[in-house]
Amino acid sequence: MTDQSITDQAARSEFHPRWYRERVSTWWWLGEWHYLKFILRELTSISVAWFVVLTLFQLRALLHGPEAYARFTNLLQSPILIALNVIAFCFAVFHTITWFNLAPRAMPVRMGGKRVPEFLVAAPNYLLWVAVSAFVGWLLLRTP
Amino acid sequence: MTGKSAIESSKTKPSSEAFFWLLFSAGGVVAAVLIPIQLFLFGLAFPLGWLPAPSYDHLMALVHSPLARLYLFFLCSLPLFHWAHRFRFTLYDGLQVKHLNEVIFAFCYGGALLGTVLAAYLLWSI
Repeated sequence: MTDQSITDQAARSEFHPRWYRERVSTWWWLGEWHYLKFILRELTSISVAWFVVLTLFQLRALLHGPEAYARFTNLLQSPILIALNVIAFCFAVFHTITWFNLAPRAMPVRMGGKRVPEFLVAAPNYLLWVAVSAFVGWLLLRTP
Repeated sequence: MTGKSAIESSKTKPSSEAFFWLLFSAGGVVAAVLIPIQLFLFGLAFPLGWLPAPSYDHLMALVHSPLARLYLFFLCSLPLFHWAHRFRFTLYDGLQVKHLNEVIFAFCYGGALLGTVLAAYLLWSI
């Protein structure tokens, strides 16, 4: 860097020249779909935390007995919580899809010298997801 | 950054970061596979009456089996560590608040640890 370009900087001291770095806006991720997708993916963590908090409250209600649990399920029927859960559910599914689709990029599988197509590597994840979901549903819905 | 602290951080950082990253990815898998169905059933399908909600006794019978408790413990704790890692970097990168690194770190992992202890306590005493 030449002397001339350093002199152009506003905050310059004799012995510690500062290199120019443009400050990135806080909203840098709004401009482009790729960046927005990245931030949306990062924000899925909030819905993950929300789900755990909800589950902890549910366990607490179960612990406190049938009346407490009835109060908890009534609360879950309130429009605000339904709306929050719709949003959280969408983010949760977004996390699942982005997470599963990441696997073939993290571990490219090769067979016979050729790279296996990404959807084939991700496919077992989706199969597992469906199977586990069906099992959880069956456990909760079967009449004992 | 002075030379000394740079060496120190290069010594201590990789191993702890790897550990947190491992928790992050384990939690990511658990969250990806289990949260959609759990949230769909308890957050939407049962409250809206789309599906018949399990009774209190049915849920208690489930929760009393050791396997279900183990399942619930990992369902709560691992995704919390997933959240802690990801949310930490969301704050670092998205909002560029690097000067609050220590506070954010304590908040995220403190929260995850607190949730884990709470889950263990609730599942133990239920």
